[in-house]
Amino acid sequence: MRRLMLAAAAIAAACVLLWFLTMPATVPASALPPHTPDLDNGRTMFDIGGCASCHATPNKDAAKVERTRLGGGLALKSPFGTFYAPNISPDPADGIGAWSEADFVTALWKGTSPRGRHLFPAFPYTSYARMQLADIRDLFAYLKTLPPVAGKARRHELAFPFNIRRLVGVWKLLFFHEGPYAADPALSAQINRGAYLVNGPGHCAECHSPRNFLGAIVESRRFAGGPAADGKGFVPNITPAGLGQGGADNAAWTAKDIATYLRDGMDPSGDFAGGAMAEVIRNTSQLGDADRAAIAAYIYSLPPRQGPKPPPKP
Amino acid sequence: MIRSVFAVAAIALGVSVAVAQQDPIAARKALMKANGDQAKIGAAMIKGEAPFDLDKARKIFATFEDAAAKAPALFPDNSKTGGETAADPKIWQNMEDFKARLAKFGSDAKAASAQVTDLDSFKAAFGSIGKNDCGGCHEQYRIKKS
Repeated sequence: MRRLMLAAAAIAAACVLLWFLTMPATVPASALPPHTPDLDNGRTMFDIGGCASCHATPNKDAAKVERTRLGGGLALKSPFGTFYAPNISPDPADGIGAWSEADFVTALWKGTSPRGRHLFPAFPYTSYARMQLADIRDLFAYLKTLPPVAGKARRHELAFPFNIRRLVGVWKLLFFHEGPYAADPALSAQINRGAYLVNGPGHCAECHSPRNFLGAIVESRRFAGGPAADGKGFVPNITPAGLGQGGADNAAWTAKDIATYLRDGMDPSGDFAGGAMAEVIRNTSQLGDADRAAIAAYIYSLPPRQGPKPPPKP
Repeated sequence: MIRSVFAVAAIALGVSVAVAQQDPIAARKALMKANGDQAKIGAAMIKGEAPFDLDKARKIFATFEDAAAKAPALFPDNSKTGGETAADPKIWQNMEDFKARLAKFGSDAKAASAQVTDLDSFKAAFGSIGKNDCGGCHEQYRIKKS
């Protein structure tokens, strides 16, 4: 009897502990020092962050999407169900117009909503957590200058148990690492800038890496490509293992080729980007040449990693 | 003897026509491959890796025009899957838009061929076709396979 009670107490204690460990974390307003927003930098963060790719109101013709009308609604299919990108326009009722700056920092750094609930990592805070505080605040200030769009996006349609937000807390314990990118003094300023843009706001690895059965990136094969999360096609390996033999005609990519591709969408074999990458290039084509060159230099410097085998070449 | 040679030839011809009709996926891939090979030549000239050559520039646009003319017939209903196709099923849901894009691709290529005189005009025309016609259509209707 006594042993049973001890066991019950231990289980209860474990549950309480787990409850606390999976509580959504927040950033208090008091943690934000005075800051004068730089709207130009905010726009750069918006472009490299790819906000428009998911949050701009969709149009049947991708070329007609207005990148600054962030009414949300795009469906993101995944093995766990369908996510619908929310409205992040400055509309106070349907968008983020009523959010405080701390709410916004909390969403990107902690993956927690203003109502104190876990956000699903379909919103790539796993990468945005690497962003510098000043960049997030500039982005917030820039978003505030965009037109408000009325209307809420549909609710996510997720299969049980993935629809339980509290379980995202367990997922975060396992797979989510906080903390902004720390520059590596052994690397050049350009490669550090590229590493920051790629791993932070750019969130390139979110598509260009294989994922495990819980949807987390397999870190040992980061950037090594894998099947697309929506089940349509295959995302290429962007380490030298992939880019060295990529494209048609086995054309190896140079750093300059990567930068050109991010500006114009043309790869070294003369092919033009399609699908989701064309959407990414809509964003990266807005960046300055120096940032594109930094991204290219970093990608070019990645160690070669073998990824899942792509389907045979068409 | 001569008659049987004719018969064999006729059958062979018939079979090869039938193959072309039955395998639109292979045929459209060959067109895209030809486009890509030409675009690569264009890219080399733009990047300064090869000298500008007006004849080559015109051949690029002629190849594009040819592909745009032939492609609409190569997406019959029975070619939605198979042969490692990278064609998105959305093509068949939006066939009118898809064909309109191909038509625009063809007319843009034709216009470019007439306009281009030097490297600068080539850069502008080739860049616009690449981004809007090639890129725009790939974004909408191609599934990346590798």
